[in-house]
Amino acid sequence: MRHIISIRDFERRDLDHLLHRAGEFAGGGFDRDLLAGKILSLLFFEPSTRTRMSFASAMARLGGTCISVDSMEASSIAKGETLADTVRVVSGYTDAIVLRHPKEGAARLASEFATVPVINAGDGAGQHPSQTLLDLYTIKQSMDLDGIEVGILGDLRYGRTAHSLAYALSLYDVNLHAIAPKGLEFPEGLVHELKGRGMEVRNHHDVRKVIRDLDVLYITRIQKERFPDLGSYYDVASSYRITPETLQGVKDRLILLHPLPRVDEIDPAVDSTPHARYFEQSRNGVPVRMALLSEVMG
Amino acid sequence: MTPGQNRTLLVSQIKDGTVIDHITAGEALNVLTILGIAGTTTESLSIATNVASRKEGRKDILKISGRELRKEEVDRIALIAPHATINIIRDYEVVEKKGVTVPPVIKGVVKCPNPGCISNAKEPIESAFEVLGKELRCCYCDWMITKNIASHII
Ligand SMILES: [Zn+2]
Repeated sequence: MRHIISIRDFERRDLDHLLHRAGEFAGGGFDRDLLAGKILSLLFFEPSTRTRMSFASAMARLGGTCISVDSMEASSIAKGETLADTVRVVSGYTDAIVLRHPKEGAARLASEFATVPVINAGDGAGQHPSQTLLDLYTIKQSMDLDGIEVGILGDLRYGRTAHSLAYALSLYDVNLHAIAPKGLEFPEGLVHELKGRGMEVRNHHDVRKVIRDLDVLYITRIQKERFPDLGSYYDVASSYRITPETLQGVKDRLILLHPLPRVDEIDPAVDSTPHARYFEQSRNGVPVRMALLSEVMG
Repeated sequence: MTPGQNRTLLVSQIKDGTVIDHITAGEALNVLTILGIAGTTTESLSIATNVASRKEGRKDILKISGRELRKEEVDRIALIAPHATINIIRDYEVVEKKGVTVPPVIKGVVKCPNPGCISNAKEPIESAFEVLGKELRCCYCDWMITKNIASHII
């Protein structure tokens, strides 16, 4: 039985296979009854409309059915019941479980008790592997994943999307540039681990100094809460904001990604440049999730 | 007085049991906590802390009478006392001497410092950490414990 819990559990060939499958699904030439007769439960202990819709859409496109449990019902299921018990029970109703839960590590726990495959659709600030897969998929649409310069910008200390992407990229021949305010750099342990996986991480504090070297810039939010006061937050956030001016002199093939929703990280004037790929990125959610569903149930 | 005599004065010999030597100075009580030997134990214990040692400068020693610790039990202390040696004593003789090796995953020893971690919720699981050199990573939430491991012991 195959669970999809954390990007750490993947080897390169698994990722390549899933990305290839997603490409096939996006192309439209696939068996529309691939998951006919299969039932997927969407177990959402916290609201995440986009993620839930894209899983439901992916399941429907493959001919399968969803049982959806929204956050209110899920919380009543969970009243006085452990997640372990809920998952054991729901395993008896369906062929796979997509789990969204506010506690970090919830999906790992669920996989220990479920008797059907569990797909992690985000656990608290923790892992969200389908997001990372669609990030990779979006890069791959524009270029090969080997031999590229990738910048990850934002709160790299706490941003798990960034950690997860860095992990995945360490399976490829990628030069990674970490672009973060002082104090919000990648955790030392992570850098050390990435190094052990053969990837050097170069640190930068000024995006303007490195952006011309990049093929991919992955932008994440810098949280207000990380700063002692609003003033210092705005100073930092504005120096990391991507505007048409920041993009002067960049490579033609540079693509800009963002897991969305964005706040002020990217000037809307950037949206119309050929570099902006974040809306395409969010559209890729369905084929990528089709690949995941067919992987665990197909 | 020779150094050898000095040591026997500090910690008396035991007839049967386990002597844990070369514990990182100051960690003896944490070692006891990890081994689950708290104040309520029936074992007779001798604890020597900050003993002069030619090898480490200072070290702690623990002697536990009447109990032979198993390898899996003792390996858990490797986290905070990586140079410890375990001597199994029978009738005043060392019958077995072994070092400690850090297991790849330690369960139920360290509490995850992340309040949002599922291992801190009411679930039927033990905490679990992957051991990466001197650091630990929570198997559930990926939280890294990089220092003061002893302060997170359950
Ligand atoms: Zn944890």
